Amino acid sequence: MNRLRSYFLAPAVFFLVLLFVTPLGIILGYSLLSRGAYGGVELPVTVENYLRLFDPLYALILIRSVAYAAIATLVCLLLGFPLALFIARSQKHKTLFLALVVIPFWTSFLVRTYAWMFLLRDTGLINFTLQRLGILSEPLPLLYNAFAVVLGLVYGYLPFMVLPIYAALEKLDRAVLEAAADLGARPFEALWRVTLPLSMPGIRAGTVLVFISCLGSYLTPDLLGGGKTIMIGTLIQNQFTSARNWPFGSALSLVLMAIVMLMVLSALRRQEDRL
Amino acid sequence: MRQRWLSFYAAGAYLFLHLPLAVLAVFSFNSSRFTVWEGFTLAWYEVAWRDEHLLEATMNSFVVAASATGIATAVGTLCAYALWKRGCLWISATLYLSLVTPEIVLGVALLAFYQWLFRHLNFQLGMHTVILAHVMFSIAYVVTVVSARLRGFDRAQEEAAMDLGATEWQAFFRVTLPQLLPGVFSAALLAFIISFDDFVITSFVAGVDSETLPMVIYSMARKGFSPAVNAISTVIVFVLGVLILLVERLRER
Amino acid sequence: MDTVLELCQVSKRYPHHVAVDQLSLEVPRGSLFSLVGPSGCGKTTTLRLIAGFEKPSEGQIFLNGREISHLPPYQRNVTTVFQNYALFPHLSARANIEFGLRHRKVQDLETPVRKVIELLELAGKESRLPSELSGGEKQRVALARSLVLEPDVLLLDEPLSALDPRLRKQVRAELKSLQRRVGITFLLVTHDQEEALSLSDQIAVMRGGRIEQVGSPQEVYLRPGSRFVASFLGAVNWINNVGVRPEVTRISLHPPGNGHVSQPATIRTATFLGNCYHLEAELSSGEFAVAEVPRGNGVYRPGDRVHVWWHEQDEIRVPDEP
Repeated sequence: MNRLRSYFLAPAVFFLVLLFVTPLGIILGYSLLSRGAYGGVELPVTVENYLRLFDPLYALILIRSVAYAAIATLVCLLLGFPLALFIARSQKHKTLFLALVVIPFWTSFLVRTYAWMFLLRDTGLINFTLQRLGILSEPLPLLYNAFAVVLGLVYGYLPFMVLPIYAALEKLDRAVLEAAADLGARPFEALWRVTLPLSMPGIRAGTVLVFISCLGSYLTPDLLGGGKTIMIGTLIQNQFTSARNWPFGSALSLVLMAIVMLMVLSALRRQEDRL
Repeated sequence: MRQRWLSFYAAGAYLFLHLPLAVLAVFSFNSSRFTVWEGFTLAWYEVAWRDEHLLEATMNSFVVAASATGIATAVGTLCAYALWKRGCLWISATLYLSLVTPEIVLGVALLAFYQWLFRHLNFQLGMHTVILAHVMFSIAYVVTVVSARLRGFDRAQEEAAMDLGATEWQAFFRVTLPQLLPGVFSAALLAFIISFDDFVITSFVAGVDSETLPMVIYSMARKGFSPAVNAISTVIVFVLGVLILLVERLRER
Repeated sequence: MDTVLELCQVSKRYPHHVAVDQLSLEVPRGSLFSLVGPSGCGKTTTLRLIAGFEKPSEGQIFLNGREISHLPPYQRNVTTVFQNYALFPHLSARANIEFGLRHRKVQDLETPVRKVIELLELAGKESRLPSELSGGEKQRVALARSLVLEPDVLLLDEPLSALDPRLRKQVRAELKSLQRRVGITFLLVTHDQEEALSLSDQIAVMRGGRIEQVGSPQEVYLRPGSRFVASFLGAVNWINNVGVRPEVTRISLHPPGNGHVSQPATIRTATFLGNCYHLEAELSSGEFAVAEVPRGNGVYRPGDRVHVWWHEQDEIRVPDEP
């Protein structure tokens, strides 16, 4: 019985070790080495690459990444909670409403980002229409800035917030709400004091999912933020391409991964505490 | 009353989610090259269709996505089944980790790995490196979907099969697997979508001959605006949309 | 006695508890044998050890005199009817029945399948999926699927528990007559003592992974070897270390003559059950006695002073427990 199990596990373990664990191990090794003369890596072993994170230039990018991710997460929460509430409370067409959230989420992230470029650029639909209507004389700079990046992140990861909150609300017993109403809670009070606290597990899961996705995002800041290095993902990419500083890029990657893992672990821990 | 406000809000939220793609699709039929509606045309689809570079990239994407999906689905299904038989914390944790690791980190790590292989074993970048990378990040998705299907599966089914003379292998292939098929199929569709759409990881591990469709769209989007990009994007959204509807259908069963 | 199945000092230990503890058992060929006991007594584990789903920690299991302790389930000629039947939902009733024969590479499927379909009155249901069958039909398919292989022993895990309570009595009778017709040894696990008593040729009462007593239904019910067995198989009044079952406990206004043991008592509750009265009487010792009294024996009310007595041959005497 165990033989079958190990045969079945072997291919997955092979792929994971070869293409996930080993590459991460190599990155870990590189992050402790020095930058080579022609872009490669060299001895000696050093922690210099990690210390460089405290250089104001890079610390700023890291802080900015966290800030953008946090803002996008907050906006997702504010936009996503009512939507999840709407889906959970809808009587008919629940599957349809849910599908309408899921479908754009799975259709090409790249195309969705591109769609916003199409809308936001100087000659894009929004600027064009506003100019046509005589509201603007000059195009608004909508693209290639922080606004566009946060908008793109919100648009990209909103479903990550809606789905877990919806799942939590769906589990919520209708009788609890009726009891609250029965005990004299007005609708808003019931929402604030009953629905919201009981949907906390979903909110927490959604928040973590959106935050880690935004923090690690590369495509959105790259396309909507223009050529500027404004988030850590772009910085990592730069180190591996134009800057040719693989050790520093590796260190950045591992720091990013560490933050993501910490967030996930703390979320899992909270979940276990509740059980 | 409150419910009505919520409905208005939801309508707005759905517009936010769908309007950008809808606008993109509408303007792919615009005969003007600019953001002014001039008239209906299929010209941009023809331009996209004539673009050999685009066609080749599309072919590459299909080859990569199909191969990666095939391998990842088989590997992931077997893994999900084995973990259902008896869990293994290390494997589950690694799978989970691969799921939450940012794409950019996976991309650079794979680049470093392939580079290292190249230096020591003269291992070139190409379609195979892309496929291998895609298999790696798809496995966790497949395991997740198939495991969800297995969660409600009655263990007595396999015992009954063995009781009636089937070996473990026969019990798996004749009793468990047939019942898992809807889950396996929807896992495969998901893997296909994820693989077909991937840009970040692919851009690090692709060789000169293995440019995929998202890579071409990316470079076109950066260069400037051609309605042909709108056209090809519309096709992608449509095809992936149909696939995801299929997944949802299967999930309901 | 011809023994088909023998368990010899079999134990099954888990890291934190012992499910089966040095259990020995002999099952006579062609009998309907029941393992009964409260939940957690190890009866289901015993069944799973025999089927081969679990391997014993120690001890041996013999089928027809051949040791099978370490054979996988598919190499043992025993089959199981699972508690929830575990029919294969993607296969028709007929394909479920054929499943085992196909794995035995039987050439002629038609004859045995037709025979068992007739035996279990499943004609016309062959092409249905399990989801399209009623509870009783599912059970018959599960029986057919196992019986078609002509096992040396058919194991049944709580075979009636998944059925509608109203169906149970009827199916119980059918199960017994089925066993008589096919002549295959049935080993049945149940926590329902009434089911065990009414069905079985032999009953083994289990407790804490061990067998407490084996015997015919009459033996274990009328002459239980321990207080546990007596109480598990039915209600008992324990009066001065002597057990008396409620149905043989007599109540009268006057002391009985001819030397019967009797005790003065006061009626505390009287419940009309239709066919009899259920009386609870408090003895002068403070012990309570329960009696089921036919309607013809008069009407009693709480507070009535009565005498409780019984025939000496109805007494249950068990050794004092340490």
